Amino acid sequence: MLTATDTPVPDRPLAPPPAPRGPAGRTRRRPDRTHPMWFMAPAFAILLVFFFLPTAFNFVYAFTDWSGFKSAIRPVGFDNFADLASSGTLFSALRITVVYAVLVAVFQNLFGLGLALLLERDTWVNRTLRVFFLIPVLMSALAVGYIFQALLKPEGSLDQLLSQIFRQHIDYAWLGDTRWTIVVVALVHAWKWMGLSMLIYLAGLKTIPEEIMEASRIDGASRWHAFRRLRFPLLAPAITFNVATALLGSMNGFDIVQATTGGGPARTTEILNIFIYRTFGQGLFAQATTMSLVLFLLVSLMAFPVIRILRKREEIL
Amino acid sequence: MTPHSPARRHASSMTGSVARGTSFPTRLQPFAATALALVTIGIPLWLVVATAGKSRGEALIPDLTPPTHWHLLENLGEVWSEGEVPAAFFGSLLVVVPAVIGVLIFGSMASWILARRATRLNAVLYALAISGIILPPAVVTVVLLLRQLGLAGSAVGMIGVYMGIYMSTVIFFVTGFVRTIPTSLEEAAQIDGAGPVRVFFHVVLPLLRPVLATATILVCLYVWNDVFYAFFVVGGRLDTLPLNLFRVAGAGLYLNNWHLIFAYVILMSLPLVVVFAVAQRKIISGITSGAVK
Repeated sequence: MLTATDTPVPDRPLAPPPAPRGPAGRTRRRPDRTHPMWFMAPAFAILLVFFFLPTAFNFVYAFTDWSGFKSAIRPVGFDNFADLASSGTLFSALRITVVYAVLVAVFQNLFGLGLALLLERDTWVNRTLRVFFLIPVLMSALAVGYIFQALLKPEGSLDQLLSQIFRQHIDYAWLGDTRWTIVVVALVHAWKWMGLSMLIYLAGLKTIPEEIMEASRIDGASRWHAFRRLRFPLLAPAITFNVATALLGSMNGFDIVQATTGGGPARTTEILNIFIYRTFGQGLFAQATTMSLVLFLLVSLMAFPVIRILRKREEIL
Repeated sequence: MTPHSPARRHASSMTGSVARGTSFPTRLQPFAATALALVTIGIPLWLVVATAGKSRGEALIPDLTPPTHWHLLENLGEVWSEGEVPAAFFGSLLVVVPAVIGVLIFGSMASWILARRATRLNAVLYALAISGIILPPAVVTVVLLLRQLGLAGSAVGMIGVYMGIYMSTVIFFVTGFVRTIPTSLEEAAQIDGAGPVRVFFHVVLPLLRPVLATATILVCLYVWNDVFYAFFVVGGRLDTLPLNLFRVAGAGLYLNNWHLIFAYVILMSLPLVVVFAVAQRKIISGITSGAVK
């Protein structure tokens, strides 16, 4: 599955040379001597115990009645899924998670690319401002959540600012709207990470050879034209990276949503990890595990096609 | 104002023979960009500092007005002593430092082999190893597993979980980087009779410095600020800074005590900001050069 998307391109063509291709007469060193496989043992042992084993457990304990209220754990088949599906929680949490992830991916990339283009030239103002935009990336997501909870309160700082600008009283509860709050929280998430996207896009812009830009300038191409035709296509790897990380990061999100809304109002921002956190706290371990498995399946189902599509685009362009 | 001169100098050096002068957007850009930064980043940060400097009564409804009297140091002091910051700070260090060092060394060791021995088996192993970048960790069952291993709620368990989660990221970045460095240096050391351990630690690892810098930043960022996994693994047993913030801000203790919450936010963010300020140029070039490769 994953092999198809990521490894083979640089991997296969290189296949023969692991043994040093020493000049003719030299005895060929065996790779076991120079690059022993046991070097991989610690990393894979850690991965096995702390990553793959718990994941495998997910597929077991999602089908049990494991809970904090009794010590025995019995298999119950698909009961957990049926319960979650019949109460509507399963699908609403899924829908909210996907909507949130897509919104974050869109906002974060728009902001990141915009900032990268704005701050592209290497002036000292731009260098300083880049550092400024990286501050949110360094801050804890939880702290960012609390900051925006304070900013977005009804009659809070944002409402006060808007009231002054528009000369009328505004007391909109940015975090209390069952329809639009998820968009607001996604914007906060994008705000926190846009600096990182900006850096990646800046790096992508740097890979574009100056001669190409110069040639297009001499040919009289407008800025917009040069961007559309030359730079945007060449940014494809950066876009792949940014879209994929934004999608995955937000599907795995927790802190920002928890600190701004805690899943509310009326559970309209309750993404899967919030649900897992809540039910785990209530001692409903099997339900939490079931949702954890759902998240795992959702991410696998969504991530692989997304990455494949983006890679395809890279190749075509 | 000052922004003009470097902008013009730069523009002329960049365009070289094509004399373009400073167009209107070029001259406007520093001001527009600065204004944007002040509004989007400056306002939220000002809210933190201003509120953290206020008295309890003033901070009840946090707004952007400056405090009438600055109480910043008192508030920081109050959080420090009553919010159990030293213990949480120590807890954070106890978990973050070994996890980051471990994941970097073990990850680099595996990456070196994965990059240099391009067998079919290694292609599969590499795919498995980096799958963790995409797949979400199983937070609930990891608790059960740690309990069975006798590591529940312990720093060792937490370190293991973090290493398991971020091993994939490290292997992804480092393997890609190793592929770009020529084998000649390694070969020279091998010809001189150095074994793999010597070759790795004396030749390969130093060459990896740029990519390891990137990986360190990324992993530190995630681990230092993590509250979700910490809540499941060590919640209630071991305090880390974010976990502590989460607990006190969530519980009644800090309810409506925005001045203390934001004082805590400042204390918690300070170490990373200081590290970043010191190594800022290296970090930025590290992240940018690492990601596009």
